[in-house]
Amino acid sequence: MQDRHKAAKSKYTSDRQIPGAFEGETVSRRRFMVLSANGAGVVAAMAFTLPALGFALGPIFSREPFSWQAVGPPDDFVETTYATRVIQEVQGIGEAGNTIAYVRKRNPAIDTEPVDQYNRFVALSDRCMHLGCPVRFVAAADRFICPCHGGVYDFRGMVAGGPPVRPLDRFYTRLNTNTGLVELGPRYSVNSELHRFSPRDPGEPLDGIGQYLYPAQFDTSKLPNHP
Amino acid sequence: MPKLPSPPKILTPVKRPGENGNGNGNGNGTGTLTPGQATVEAGLTVVDWVDERTSLSGGVRWLLFRKVPRGINWAYTLGSATLFAFLSQAVTGVFLAMFYRPDAYGGAYESIRYITDDAFLGQLVRAMHKWGASVMIILIFLHMARVFFFGAYKYPRELTWVIGVVLLILTLMMGFTGYLLPFDQRSYWASVVGVNINSGGPFIGPYLSDFLRAGPQFGATTLSRFYAIHMLLIPGLIAALIGAHLYLITKLGISAPPWIKAEEEPELRESQV
Repeated sequence: MQDRHKAAKSKYTSDRQIPGAFEGETVSRRRFMVLSANGAGVVAAMAFTLPALGFALGPIFSREPFSWQAVGPPDDFVETTYATRVIQEVQGIGEAGNTIAYVRKRNPAIDTEPVDQYNRFVALSDRCMHLGCPVRFVAAADRFICPCHGGVYDFRGMVAGGPPVRPLDRFYTRLNTNTGLVELGPRYSVNSELHRFSPRDPGEPLDGIGQYLYPAQFDTSKLPNHP
Repeated sequence: MPKLPSPPKILTPVKRPGENGNGNGNGNGTGTLTPGQATVEAGLTVVDWVDERTSLSGGVRWLLFRKVPRGINWAYTLGSATLFAFLSQAVTGVFLAMFYRPDAYGGAYESIRYITDDAFLGQLVRAMHKWGASVMIILIFLHMARVFFFGAYKYPRELTWVIGVVLLILTLMMGFTGYLLPFDQRSYWASVVGVNINSGGPFIGPYLSDFLRAGPQFGATTLSRFYAIHMLLIPGLIAALIGAHLYLITKLGISAPPWIKAEEEPELRESQV
C-alpha cells in the first residue's frame, strides 16, 4: 500500500478519488463543513470573550475627571513649613479615597523651577516614590520620611536618601480670585530637575531613559495642555 | 487436532437485589436478607449502576491503586498535603464568601468584623482560611524542595514540574489578591505597595497596575476586581491545573528516591562476575 502522505496531491478533489467529487472542486464538502463549523465556534467564542475582555481592560483607557479642591485662604500657608491638608482623590469610598497634600507658599530663594500660574503654592503628594506608602513631614528635621522602607526627602521633596526613584509628586495649585482660596488640581510627577511629567506610579524613575521605560498612563486626570 | 481454546466469558450475569453471591437465583427464598445485608446490597447496586454507565471504577483504580517505587517516605506526601490545604481553602473560602461584602466604603471591613466577632464559628473559619493560606504556601515550597532535591523533575516529568511552577505562581497571586479583602490599613497599604511593585516592570508595568486597580488609584472597583480574581478566576485555574498535575503523576508514576538503585536482572549480574 502506498503512503498517501508522500504522494503528490492534486488540489482537485476529483483527482484524489474522493467520493462525490466533481469537476473543478478543490475543497471537499466534508472539509468545508469542518472549517465552517470550527470558524463558527471561533466567532461564537470571540463574541463573548472580546467584549468581556474589553470590559475588564476598559478602566485603563478612561481618563479620570478632576476638580479643583479648595484647601484654605492664602494666609494659611507660609514659606518655611508645610500645612497638612486632606483632599479627596477617589470619590464614593469615603475616607479610603482621601489623601494628604503638604502645602506651602512658594519660596523664590529655594524654589528654582520657573514660576507660572500653577506653582505660586507648592503642594506635595504624600505618596512615597519608592512604592507608594504615605510619607510624613517631620518639621524638626525639615524632612519627609517614609515609614515603610526608609525613604527620605528634603524640604523641597527631593530625594535625600533611601530607595525612592524620584522626588515627591506635586499638585497644580492656583489662587481662585472669586473665592480667595488656594485650590489644588491634578497631580503631576517631576524628575530630579523638577521638570513636569504626567502623573506616574511610584517606583517609576523619570530621569534618563526612565520616562520612556515608563510611559504615561491613559487614565490619570490631567490639566489640559499640561503634563 | 489441538483443542481450541474456549471463548472468553464476555458477560457475567448481573446480580439483582436479593441474589446471594454464589447462588444462581433459583428462588429458594429471596426474603431472607437481614436489614444490614439489604443496605449493603442497595449500596452495591447504586455503585454498580453508576459504574456500568461510566466505567469509573477503572479510573479510580488507575488513580489510587498504582504501584509506587521502593523506598518512598513521608516526604512524598507533601503534594497531597498541599492538595488538602487547597481543598481547605476552597471550602472555607466558599463559606466566607457567604458573609463577605466587597464594598470599599466601609462595608468590606464591617463584614470582616462581623465574621470575626459576631458570626457563629466565624472566627474559626476565617482563621482557618487566613492561616491555611500561609500553610499552603509553606507546603508548596516544601513539596517543591522535595521534588528538586530528589531530582524528580527530570525526564519524563518536566511538564509536571512546569505545571507545578504555574500552580505556585497562581497560589502566590491568591495570597496577593486575598490580602486586600479585609480592607483595613494593613491590607490597603500592603496592596498599594504590591501593585506599585508591578508598576516597576518597564513598558507594560504601569498598564498592568492600571488593570489591577481598575484605574489610576485604589477605588471602589479595585476591591471587587481583586475579589473576583481571588474567588473566581484563579481558583478555577488552580483546580484545572491540579487535575492536569495529578493526571501526569498517575500516568508517569512516582520517581524513586535517588538513593534507591535499580534492581539488575539476575543474568546481567552473573555476566558481570
